[in-house]
Amino acid sequence: MVQVTSRPDETVEGARPETGASPAPDAAGLGRARAAGFLVPSMVLILLFLVLPAAWTIYLGVTNYRLTGLAAAHPEVVGLDNYTTALGDERFRTSLLLTLQFVLGSAVIGQAGLGFAIAFALRDRRGPLRRVVEAFVLLSWILPSSVVAFLWIALLDRDAGALNVLLHTPGTAWLLDHPMLSIIIFNTWRGTAFSMMLYAAALENVPRSHLETARLAGASTAQQLRDVVFPRIRGHMLTNLLLISLWTFNDFTPFLITAGGPEQRSEILAVYVYKVALSGGELGFGAAISFLMLLINLVIALIYLRMLGRRKERA
Amino acid sequence: MSAVADRARTDDAARAAARHMLARIGRYVFLCLVLAFFALPLLWLATAPFDDTPTIGISLPRFTLDNFRTLLDNPYALTSLVNSVWLAGGTALLVVVFAALAAYALSRVRVPGRDALLYGLLLLSSIVTGTATMVPLFELAFRLNLIDSRLGVILVLTGGLLPAAIFILKDFMDATPTSYEESARVFGASPLQIMRHIVVPVVRPGLATVGVWAVANVWGNFLVPFLLLRGPDKAPAAVIMYTLYTEGGQADLRLLSTFSLLYSLPVALMFVFVSSRYGFRFHGGIKR
Repeated sequence: MVQVTSRPDETVEGARPETGASPAPDAAGLGRARAAGFLVPSMVLILLFLVLPAAWTIYLGVTNYRLTGLAAAHPEVVGLDNYTTALGDERFRTSLLLTLQFVLGSAVIGQAGLGFAIAFALRDRRGPLRRVVEAFVLLSWILPSSVVAFLWIALLDRDAGALNVLLHTPGTAWLLDHPMLSIIIFNTWRGTAFSMMLYAAALENVPRSHLETARLAGASTAQQLRDVVFPRIRGHMLTNLLLISLWTFNDFTPFLITAGGPEQRSEILAVYVYKVALSGGELGFGAAISFLMLLINLVIALIYLRMLGRRKERA
Repeated sequence: MSAVADRARTDDAARAAARHMLARIGRYVFLCLVLAFFALPLLWLATAPFDDTPTIGISLPRFTLDNFRTLLDNPYALTSLVNSVWLAGGTALLVVVFAALAAYALSRVRVPGRDALLYGLLLLSSIVTGTATMVPLFELAFRLNLIDSRLGVILVLTGGLLPAAIFILKDFMDATPTSYEESARVFGASPLQIMRHIVVPVVRPGLATVGVWAVANVWGNFLVPFLLLRGPDKAPAAVIMYTLYTEGGQADLRLLSTFSLLYSLPVALMFVFVSSRYGFRFHGGIKR
């Protein structure tokens, strides 16, 4: 839902003091009290609709709360039952595995790989080809998700879909035969724009003279990438991988295309939670799964912070 | 210089030129494939709305504008777009106003632990997306009597967007000099006056950025209104679009295609506007 541009400890304009302090202490004579007043509306909404739900997930996860029936009126604390049930549940483990495939396939390999390849291929181009390619890549990123979901349903349609016409494979039901592959390619298409733009900005930091020197010394493209480009944009790559992994992990759009089907073969965690908790009414169990998702998100973020920290130490 | 060495050098040069040529061709082929991959799914959106017998496939349309009449016949199509405008406008307004106040306070007054707070909230907002917290969000809305209420959707979306908005705006505020504010203060302006007459005009590009970004986010958001709104009369276009192709048997492709186009148009126009005015790329916003 939220797209983040950069981290707080980064200088964006480049002109800010190194200490990270405000430009001048309280130029408008705001005072602590009024400053706090300015903060209140935002903080109330953030606490209520962001922090509280996160905390509530933890509580709900240890109850047998249901949408309807006896347990709806008097939920009981059942301890870690939901978690043991989930971890022992075949459907949950399959869903977790599918989610990992989805993140690795569509975010790490698909979006980051393709995004970098496009940015690298366009790096020293100006003119119409670059603008057209960028426009289409960006368009697939900004259109509303329920529209692009239908566009892909139409594209992959069994009878008259454009893909079957193009590949001369009439009657192939891509969404039924290869549901995971379909949503992985869909999500690659959907999200590559972010990686492309980020890498395009990153590549401008690589001095052209260095690439030129490497090329004259007879380095192949692969060698240039490994020795000149990648070391310089490692920070960008990590930031990008963190963000797109988190977004992909939590993405609900595949629900609009396959709804987890057929037979739960594309049921990633986001869809699984929805089905269990809100269609199935098992709110407590759903909250437990949600909490596990939050934990996985946190682990992804921590791994990234660690890698970034190690990079800074070395530098 | 011996003839052998000379020939070796010309061989090398020829080989390098050939390799260069191949690389160029490879790059063109790659870019054309990329273009095809990204354009192919979008073609339907360009042809079907204007085809007098739209199909699920792509064909050269026999041009007509009659399809757009189906929009008027459907009871929910146009109202859902109005609903989307309400949700997007309301959320953007709240996000811009609240984030501007908070960002100004955080930028100008030293609050202990400010950076850690911002960083924590930002991380939380990218982790706690609607998906992982849909159960408590639903539960919370239920207890606050915000189920089937537009205000509920707006508040939930605002809460989710605020951390990143505050962060973006704080950068803008930090970059503006405080001398205007100081002189206004000397002349006795109150903090709110300073905010309205000095700070807001100076950071207007930042406010516009955050506003556009919030509108685009809400316009396409499916999950939150899908969770919190009951019945089609309050549903925004994102939800109506989904019901158009999942409910009621055979989908009406005339309606579906024209509605998709109309619903996509505002974000496409916004994108054209932003990219022509500011250039749609990261200006080193993400540094190492």
